[in-house]
Amino acid sequence: MLFIEIISWLFIVAGALLGIAGGIGIHRFPDFYSRLHAVGITDTLCAAMFLVGLCMQTGVSIASLKLMLIFIFLFFSSPTATHALANAALLGGLKPELDEEYHGHCFDRHPD
Amino acid sequence: MKYPVKHIISLGVLLFTLWLCLSGQLNALMISLGLASTIAIVAITHRMDCIDHETYPAHMNLLLLRFWLFLAREIVVANIDVIKRIFKPGKNISPQLFELPLTLKSDVSRVIYANAITLTPGTVSANLDRKTVTVHTLSIEAAQDLSSGRMASAVPEDYGVVKR
Repeated sequence: MLFIEIISWLFIVAGALLGIAGGIGIHRFPDFYSRLHAVGITDTLCAAMFLVGLCMQTGVSIASLKLMLIFIFLFFSSPTATHALANAALLGGLKPELDEEYHGHCFDRHPD
Repeated sequence: MKYPVKHIISLGVLLFTLWLCLSGQLNALMISLGLASTIAIVAITHRMDCIDHETYPAHMNLLLLRFWLFLAREIVVANIDVIKRIFKPGKNISPQLFELPLTLKSDVSRVIYANAITLTPGTVSANLDRKTVTVHTLSIEAAQDLSSGRMASAVPEDYGVVKR
């Protein structure tokens, strides 16, 4: 029991640290689009760590099943929301700060 | 009937499993009530003509499972990369915005691909149409990785639709 407790808290603490990392990223990155990537961390690995940790806390029960359902819903809805935000920004004419150095390179890879 | 009974049954099974997970009540009365509401919802959905290969792509179950395992690994790797960039002092990112040509044929697969791109930290899909997906990436490496088509080839194609 103590072993599971320790592992579960390791997961929860790791999730919290990832959340902080994502928050620092939001402040460090220069523009809207790059900040979306920092949010991606809290959306994916941070949330996953928290939910796995909490699943271990509850043990095998209906509560851990519900936590897994939250996990599934989160992984379907968070990319949809992020895409909606990015799409709205792009169509609204918000210009991203791009890296001049390599900018042309990727467009070259596009066939037409 | 445009779509096979298989889709109706799989939607019913999915809804009933969801109900079981959420309620946790296992006596006869509650289960019969759950069953009744499941059947009602499936009947309404069928009457609305909403049941098709996109409601719940049951024919892609196994392929999707394999793709999710691939995606889980990609997400962890991408997370570590973005975290490294967050804590790297000085110039740590080289953002790119470019159009990625799509080779996937069906709508479901294109949406799965665009969502997988967004779900992976470091890459965000900003626009999706039939031929291309507009992608914003945090680094040149992520852009090159996407251009190589490694993730696109892992996305399961909805063959049932392509043939039609």
